[in-house]
Amino acid sequence: MLRFVLSRLFSAVPTLVLVAVTIFVLMRMVPGDPATLMLGDLAEPDQVAAMRRSMGLDDPVWVQFLTWAGQILRGDFGTSIVLGDPVLPLILDRFSVSATIVLASVLLAVAIAVPLGILAAWHQDSAGDLAVIGSSTLLLSIPSFWMGLMLLLVFGLELGWLPIVGYVPFGQDAWAAARAMILPVVTIVLVEMGSIVRMARASMIEVSRLEYITHARAKGLSERAVMWRHAFRNAFAPTWTLIGLVLGSLLANIAVIETVFTIPGLGRLMIDAIYGRDYPLVQGCLLFIAFLYVMVNLLVDLVYPLLDPRVAE
Amino acid sequence: MQDGLIVRNLTIRPDRSPLTLVDDLEFAIPPGQFTALVGESGSGKTLAARSILGLLPQGLSPTPDSRILFDGEDLTRASAPQMRAIRGARIGMIFQEPMVSLNPSMRIGQQLAEAMRLHTTLSTRQIRAECLAMLDRVQIRDPERCLSAWPHEFSGGMRQRIMIASVMLLKPRLLIADEPTTALDTLVSRDVLDLMVDLTRTSGTSVLLISHDLGMVARYVDDVVVMEKGRAVESGRARDVLRAPQNAYTRKLVAALPRRGPARPPTDAAPLVETRGLSIGYPEKAGPLRPKRFRRVVHDVDLAIRPGETLALVGASGSGKTTLGRTIIGLERPETGSIRIRGQDIGDQGTASRCRARRDMQMIFQDPYSSLDPRQRVGPLLVEALRHLPGLSDGDRRARARDCCVEVGLDPALMTRFPHQLSGGQRQRVAIARAVIARPAFVVADEPVSALDMTVQKQILDLIRHLQDSHGFACLFVSHDLGAVEQVADRVAVMEAGRIVELAPRDRIFDAPEHPYTKRLLEASLRLNAA
Amino acid sequence: MRRLPLNLWIGGTVVGILLLMALFAPWIAPVDPLKLDLPARMQGPGGGHLLGGDEFGRDIASRLIYGARTSVGIALVTTLVAVALGLVFGTLAGFLRGLPDRAIMIFNDAFLAFPGLLLALGFMTVFGASRTGIVIALGLAYMPVVVRLVRGTVLSVRAREYVEASRVGGNSELYTMVRHVLPNCMAPVIVLATTMFGWIILSESSLSFLGLGVPPPAPSWGNMLSTARPHAAQAPHMVILPGLCIAMSLLGVNLLGDALRDWLDPKMRG
Repeated sequence: MLRFVLSRLFSAVPTLVLVAVTIFVLMRMVPGDPATLMLGDLAEPDQVAAMRRSMGLDDPVWVQFLTWAGQILRGDFGTSIVLGDPVLPLILDRFSVSATIVLASVLLAVAIAVPLGILAAWHQDSAGDLAVIGSSTLLLSIPSFWMGLMLLLVFGLELGWLPIVGYVPFGQDAWAAARAMILPVVTIVLVEMGSIVRMARASMIEVSRLEYITHARAKGLSERAVMWRHAFRNAFAPTWTLIGLVLGSLLANIAVIETVFTIPGLGRLMIDAIYGRDYPLVQGCLLFIAFLYVMVNLLVDLVYPLLDPRVAE
Repeated sequence: MQDGLIVRNLTIRPDRSPLTLVDDLEFAIPPGQFTALVGESGSGKTLAARSILGLLPQGLSPTPDSRILFDGEDLTRASAPQMRAIRGARIGMIFQEPMVSLNPSMRIGQQLAEAMRLHTTLSTRQIRAECLAMLDRVQIRDPERCLSAWPHEFSGGMRQRIMIASVMLLKPRLLIADEPTTALDTLVSRDVLDLMVDLTRTSGTSVLLISHDLGMVARYVDDVVVMEKGRAVESGRARDVLRAPQNAYTRKLVAALPRRGPARPPTDAAPLVETRGLSIGYPEKAGPLRPKRFRRVVHDVDLAIRPGETLALVGASGSGKTTLGRTIIGLERPETGSIRIRGQDIGDQGTASRCRARRDMQMIFQDPYSSLDPRQRVGPLLVEALRHLPGLSDGDRRARARDCCVEVGLDPALMTRFPHQLSGGQRQRVAIARAVIARPAFVVADEPVSALDMTVQKQILDLIRHLQDSHGFACLFVSHDLGAVEQVADRVAVMEAGRIVELAPRDRIFDAPEHPYTKRLLEASLRLNAA
Repeated sequence: MRRLPLNLWIGGTVVGILLLMALFAPWIAPVDPLKLDLPARMQGPGGGHLLGGDEFGRDIASRLIYGARTSVGIALVTTLVAVALGLVFGTLAGFLRGLPDRAIMIFNDAFLAFPGLLLALGFMTVFGASRTGIVIALGLAYMPVVVRLVRGTVLSVRAREYVEASRVGGNSELYTMVRHVLPNCMAPVIVLATTMFGWIILSESSLSFLGLGVPPPAPSWGNMLSTARPHAAQAPHMVILPGLCIAMSLLGVNLLGDALRDWLDPKMRG
C-alpha cells in the first residue's frame, strides 16, 4: 500500500515537468518578440535590447527554461503586462471564485447522478431506465453556454426569479451570493450529469452480470443488500475516475460559464489575458490549471484502492 | 410429503420466445445423496441448477407447470422473502470460476460472516470462531490472516476452498456445485473435490454436481442425469450408466472418455528438434521503486523430438510447459541454451525471423475462439498459410485449401464463412487445417482440446492422430490433461516448476511412474481406466 | 439490441442532414448570410425572414445553414487530422515499441495532462483566432486521445493468438501488422472518431463563443451565440436557434456513436 502511494506520488513528478516544458515551449512559439511586447511598439531598439538582456532572452534556451522553472518553484509566476500585478496572487484571487462554483456543482451533480444511474441500471430496460438514459443523452448534447443562456432567459429574464448578471462575494452578502450562484451551478450540474449518469449506469450493469453478484444472491441477501453492499463499491470505481476528469475539465471550461453569467473567475481572467496578449498571465493560468488537474487526478488515483483493493498490488 | 429435492416437468424458456432451453426435466435427490447433471455446453444443465435457487438470468423463467419441490415446499411458488430464507441457509451454491465469484472489494472475513449474520442468531464473536474453524477445516494456512485478506491475494484453488467454506458454514441441506473444479489444475481440483465430499458427507448434505466430465462424476456420485439439448436423455445409478449406457448420446459421451491408443513402434531416427540446457525467463515489470528482475520459468531443459513421434509435455499451470512449447516454435526467446532443428542451431533472432527459420513448423493454439483472425474468412485464411510455399499459383492454393478442408472433416462450403459463424469444434478444425496445410515436419499443439466439449475433444484428438499417420509430422503435445495425453502420446515428459522430472515412453509413465510428482498427478487424474 | 436500430436511425438521419446542409449550403440558404438588412434588425421569425434577423438584420436561417458548413467543415477536417496523426503515432508506438514508443508516449502524456479545452486555448494563443488556428489547435489537442487508443489496441491485438499464428506461419512483422493487427484495431477507432466529431463541434462552438474561434462576420453557431448574448432580452430567438442547432447535432452524433459502439463491440452485442 505504501509502495503504491509512493510510486503514484513519484510518477506525478515527470508529468508536472512535462507540463511545464510544454507550456514553456508553447509560450516561446507566440509570434513577436517578448521584449517588444513588454515595452510596446514605440520602444527604441536599444531599450528593447536592454529589456532582452534583463529578461534573459539572450541566454541559451535551456538556461532560460531552468531560470524560469526556478522562479515558478519559488512561486514567482511573473508580472502581468496589462494589470501590472504579480501573476500568482491574481490567479489565486480569481481561482477562489471558480473553485467555489466548480466544487459545489460537481458535488451536487455526483449526489444526483450516481444514485440515478445506479437505480436505472438496477431496473434495466424499465420505463424509468429508458427515461433516465434518454434524458442523460439529451443533457450530454447540450452545450453548457447554451444551457446557461436558456436558464438565464427563462429564470432571469422571463420569470425574473434570479439575478442575471454579477457575482457577489460570500463575505459581503451570503444570501445574495448564494442566489447569484444558483444559475451557474444548476447549469453545470445539468450539463455534467449526463456523462456521470451514463457511466454509473453502464458500470453497474457490467458489475451486476458478474458471478459474485449471483453468489451474493445465492447467500440469501436481499436485493437491496446485493445492490449496495456488493455491487455499488465495485461499480463506483470507474465513475470515481470520471469525476476526477470532469472536475479537471471543468477548471478548463469554466471560462464559458463565467462568460455567460459575467463572473470574474479564473477562466475569464485567462480569456481576457489571451485577448490582451498578456502572455505572463496566460502562461500562469495555463500552468496553474494544468498543475491543478494533475493533482486532482493524483488524488483520485490515491483514493482508488479504497474502492478496488486490487490496484494497490 | 417427501424430503430432498424433486424436480418435475422443469421447462425453461426465454420470455416471448419459442426456444426451449430446458425441456421437461425430471429428477430427484434423496437426502444425503450425490447426484450429477452431466452434459456438454448448451445442454441446459447450469440453467436447470440455477432455477432451483431462482437465480436464472433476467428474461428466463420456468414455465408455470414446472415443479421444484424441496423438502415438500414448491420453490417455483415461493415468495421472494421465502426464497431468500432458503438460499444460503438450506440450499448453498458453489460457482465455477473462483476468480470471479468472490467480491473483489470485500474482505474474506466479511464475505464469510455475511450469510451467517443473515441466517443465524449467533453473536459476532461466535461467527468469527466458526469462520476460523471452517477455514482451518478447508486447509487454509493462516485463518486469522485470511479473514482480513482480499480475495485477489489467493490462488484459484485457495479461493475455491474459501468458497466451499463460506457455503458449508451454514450446513445447508443441499449443495449445488456448478463445475466447481473445471477452472482448476488436476492436483488442486482433486483436493478441492475431496474436501467438498468430505464436508458434505459429515453434515449429511446432499449434493447436486453440475459437470461436463462423465469420468470425474463417476468417481464421486451415486446417481447421474445425462442431459442433451435441454432434455434428460438417460438417468440412473452412475456406475450402471457408465458401464452400460442405453442412450445413443450417453454412449457417445462414454466413448469419448479417453482411452489408451495403440502404441506405435519407437523410432531411433536422428532428432528433428532438440533442446540443450534450455532456460527461459521473463523480465519482471520494473517500477520506479522496483529493480528489474528476471523470473525464470523453465530451467535447463534437454529434450529431443524425433520425426513422426508425439511427445507430450504434461504439468500443472505455471509449470512452464506452454512457455517451453512457445520457445521451441520461436514465439519466445530463450535465455540460455540452444535449440537445434535437424542438428542446426537456430541462433538468436527477432520473432518473425525466428519463426521463418522454422518454416516447416506449425502451431495449434488452445483457444479456437482467439486463434483465428475474426476478420478473415476460412478460405483466405488457409490460402494465406500457403504464402511461403514456392511454385504455387493462386488456383493451386485455393484447390489445396479445399482439399485440406475435406481432409480435416470440414465442408468446403464453410470456406466463405467467418470464424464467428462456426462452432468451437469447426474452428479448431480450421486451426488444424491451417497448421498442416503446408505439410510441416513438426507441430506444437498447445492444449488443443481443453477449450472444447468432451465429444468434440475426442474427434479432434482422433483427427490429429489421423493426420499424423498420413503426413508423418512430429508433434509436441502440451497438455495438463492426462486423459488426452494417454490417448495420443508416444512419449511423455512431466514438468514440475520449470524442470522436466520424468521422461519415458507413454506406457511406462502410466503403468510404472517413477517420480513422486508423476505418481501424484496420475493418482489425481480421473481416468476411466483407473476408476 | 432493442435500442440499436432507433439510435442508428435518429443519429444517422441527423448526421446525414448535417452533412447535406454543410455540403449544399449555397444552394439551400435563402439569401446571402452576410447581406445586411437593417430594417430587419432583431426581427423575430416569420416576417420577411424565415427565422428572423440578427443584430445587423442578416438572415438567421441562412446564417445557421452556413454555420453548419463552418462547424461541420471544421469538425470534419479536425477529426480527420486528429485521427490520421493519432493512427500514425499510435501505430508507430505500438509497432516499434521500445525507444520510439517511449518517446511518443512521453509527448502524448504531456498533452494528455492538460484538461479539456486548456491545451486548445494555449494553442489558440499562439495561432490566433482563425479557421486554420482552430483546426491545428483542436487537432493537436485531441490527437493524444487517438494515439493512446490506437497504441493500446495495437498492443492488445498483437498479443492475440491469431497474430501469433501469423508469426508462426512465417509472415513478417510488417505483413502481420498490416494484414491482421490494423484491421482489427479499426472498430474502436471508428467509434472514437464519431464521438470525437461531436466533441470538436462542441469545442469549436465554445471557442467561437469565447471569441477565440471563427472570427466574425463569417457565421458559426458559436459566434452567433456570442454576438446574440447581449440582445437575449430583446431577441430571444437569436440565442435559442443557434444553440438548438448545436444541441441537435450533438444529440445526433452521440446517438450514432452509441449505436456504432453497440454494433461494433461484440461484448455489448445480444
